Amino acid sequence: MWPIIQIETFKIFKRPRTYIAFGAIAALILVIQMGLKIDGESYAAFLMKDINNTLIVDGKVLNGYLICYILLQLLLVHVPLLVALIAADMISGEANLGTLRLLLTTPYSRTQWVLAKFIAASFYTILLLIWLAFLALFLSMWIFGTDDLFLMKSNYVVLIEGQDVFWRYVGAFVFASFSLLTVTALGFLMSSLANNSIGPIVATISAIVFFTILSTLNIPLFSAIKPYLFTTHMNNWKEFFDIKVTESNEAITGSILNVAKIKNSIIVLVVHIILFVSASVWIVRKKDILS
Amino acid sequence: MSVIKVHELSKNFGSLQAVNALSFEVQAGEVFGFLGQNGSGKSTTIRMLLSLIYPSSGSIELFDMPLQANRNKIAERVGAIIERPDLYPYLTAKEHLQLFAKLSKQKISKEQIEKTLVQVGLSSRSADKVNTFSLGMKQRLGIAIALVHNPDLIILDEPTNGLDPQGIADIRHLIQDLAKQEGKTVLVSSHLLSEIEQVASQILIIHQGKKVAMGPTQTLLDPNKAIIHIVTQHDEQALSILGISKYAQNIMQRKDGIYLSIATSEIPVLHQFIVAANIPLMSFELKRSLEDYFLQITSMQ
Amino acid sequence: MKFKSTIFIGILMCAQFLSNAQTNALVERVRLKLNTVNDYTAEGVMKTDVSFIKASLGKVKVYYKKPNLIKVKKDGGISLLPKGGVSITMNSLLSTDQYIAIEAGKQLYKGKTLDVIKLVPTDDKLDWVISTLWIDPVEALVYKTFTTTKDNGSFEIAMDYGAYTSYGLPSKIVFGFNTKDYKLPNGITLEFGDEAPISKQKAMKNKKGTIEIAYSSYIINKGVSSSLF
Repeated sequence: MWPIIQIETFKIFKRPRTYIAFGAIAALILVIQMGLKIDGESYAAFLMKDINNTLIVDGKVLNGYLICYILLQLLLVHVPLLVALIAADMISGEANLGTLRLLLTTPYSRTQWVLAKFIAASFYTILLLIWLAFLALFLSMWIFGTDDLFLMKSNYVVLIEGQDVFWRYVGAFVFASFSLLTVTALGFLMSSLANNSIGPIVATISAIVFFTILSTLNIPLFSAIKPYLFTTHMNNWKEFFDIKVTESNEAITGSILNVAKIKNSIIVLVVHIILFVSASVWIVRKKDILS
Repeated sequence: MSVIKVHELSKNFGSLQAVNALSFEVQAGEVFGFLGQNGSGKSTTIRMLLSLIYPSSGSIELFDMPLQANRNKIAERVGAIIERPDLYPYLTAKEHLQLFAKLSKQKISKEQIEKTLVQVGLSSRSADKVNTFSLGMKQRLGIAIALVHNPDLIILDEPTNGLDPQGIADIRHLIQDLAKQEGKTVLVSSHLLSEIEQVASQILIIHQGKKVAMGPTQTLLDPNKAIIHIVTQHDEQALSILGISKYAQNIMQRKDGIYLSIATSEIPVLHQFIVAANIPLMSFELKRSLEDYFLQITSMQ
Repeated sequence: MKFKSTIFIGILMCAQFLSNAQTNALVERVRLKLNTVNDYTAEGVMKTDVSFIKASLGKVKVYYKKPNLIKVKKDGGISLLPKGGVSITMNSLLSTDQYIAIEAGKQLYKGKTLDVIKLVPTDDKLDWVISTLWIDPVEALVYKTFTTTKDNGSFEIAMDYGAYTSYGLPSKIVFGFNTKDYKLPNGITLEFGDEAPISKQKAMKNKKGTIEIAYSSYIINKGVSSSLF
């Protein structure tokens, strides 16, 4: 199966469309970094308005670690749309081009083709995430330097020591890869149902928006299904940046407040990935190729 | 040895019977012509042979192996072009062949790829992206993709679409060479029936999903059988007279006149009969090509 | 009768005078002890205990230079200090003698009977309004202060002593202060979804916080550069 994985990956990176996502992420990140470099102090002052009533915060609050967190909050909501552009086109795009029938006459089974395409799409997704990590984390660290991570959440503040931050970002990016692979799998499933590109892309994006709204609305009617929605779990990379405290409110270095939540979310996301890909395989195996 | 064995093959799409109890065999080394009008079930049958469509009933064996159980093994020995040549616009001709060579699970050398490009007349455009190709060039590339891995069975669905007369002649020679010199088995479907009759040793005619005629080309074009095309001033009068004659079972009326299928020896007898019956004759023409036979057969069904 | 009242008042005034004298003397003893320190560099560990802040212990260095320069610097990283409170240490409070000391009784504190003395500044330039000190009359050590500043509210400072009692320098100091509510809109933090339970939200609205520094060592009177402040 390795040759068809290579070929599918080759085809993805031969298409100009693939590079739109990389360019978009770079442009977004660079613009935000430039804005914060020029006017970040006023942004930081705005965030720390309440805290400054009580405390003096001494140190480099607006450092690379905080910038990266801000970027991830913004981008990890929108990167799924860029992932859908490729994933939702993997099968339906070939059907639309007419090349799907060529591929399925080769000496590889439909299951192998579907899995190879998914693996190639996943490789693209991971590369996109690595690119995002490079720009959001390493470039921010280079431009803004590093210090402790002073995280201002809605109701409380977390101060994580500088040497305790980097591994959390590694964990967060690994978690984010599961989130984005779930989007890849969803797009892939939509792609297996259609013979054109636009429908599955729109359907994937619509599904993500729809389920995200259900996940964030605090309506009791939806409480029962929320734990099972993948969108409920996609943003739990943030749990890597919440720490345990002792009884005397002393933060425990190297701890994560809710490890179980992270594990549970990964399980839910992996189950979704398996379900979506299995459904895609089943659909493609069963269908008559008329395109 | 039978390379293709199809037995009672049927395919329904809902209430539409696209292929109905089709049975045929293709022997090794022969060029098999597969003829039918648009919507007759040719492409559906070909897609079933390539396991793109699942039969509703019946069986298919290729190389004496049941297709479904041995699909991947069989596919290594089959090359195909299906309907129009859809390709990747962002890849070059050479990249296409490299890609499909890799997919064949065989070691295909660079020289073989070059040879295939020469075979289809695309060696000078090998580095160009396919989105710059004409329809004819895409057709040639599609054929090259079918041939690059040196398959034993080649299935060509409408291979001469979009080709100029020289291109059509080139493909005809290529098919003949593949069969005679390389011992390949070729199944070719086409609407250019005059081309098929020049290359095919066996012909199957399909109409509304059913086999209507099959046999060696020479038998179907039996020199002892003739098709006479007559044009009269009053076709209705001619038909009413011919309809009560011994020729009644062999008449076909078309827009351009009346066709009769008779033994060659009966030609002068028919001519005399028409003259004696005072049928106002404008034209009396002998037609013996496969095209006419095909039209006759499919219209009579 | 008149004579008895006069004697009585005279005795009271003498007693008051003696008492004031004793109070002033005690404060002076503390001040003199603290004044032997011209500067110090201290190393310690700082702990922040504010309901809406999660922070770990951090190594800090505290610099002091007479009369009232003080700076707390975290050993790398971000530090959180009560607004205006850190500057109100004993060294800075008693760096001047521009105050009136008023005896306010005695109180038992951590097993010790301490004199409670209120200081009222006489110099308008000082940034504190009134300060209450709990002083051990035997060792001349201040164990607790409660100071109201002009601009930054009130602060409570509690001190423990160890190896540096001869200098009046504490081994542990705890700053207590009032906190205001902390809240950032979800649209800024992009945190949508389940909010913390009501009990947890209420706990985070606890109005008091402390910052504690446990000193491990002092380098006293070896010189501290003014550029550090």
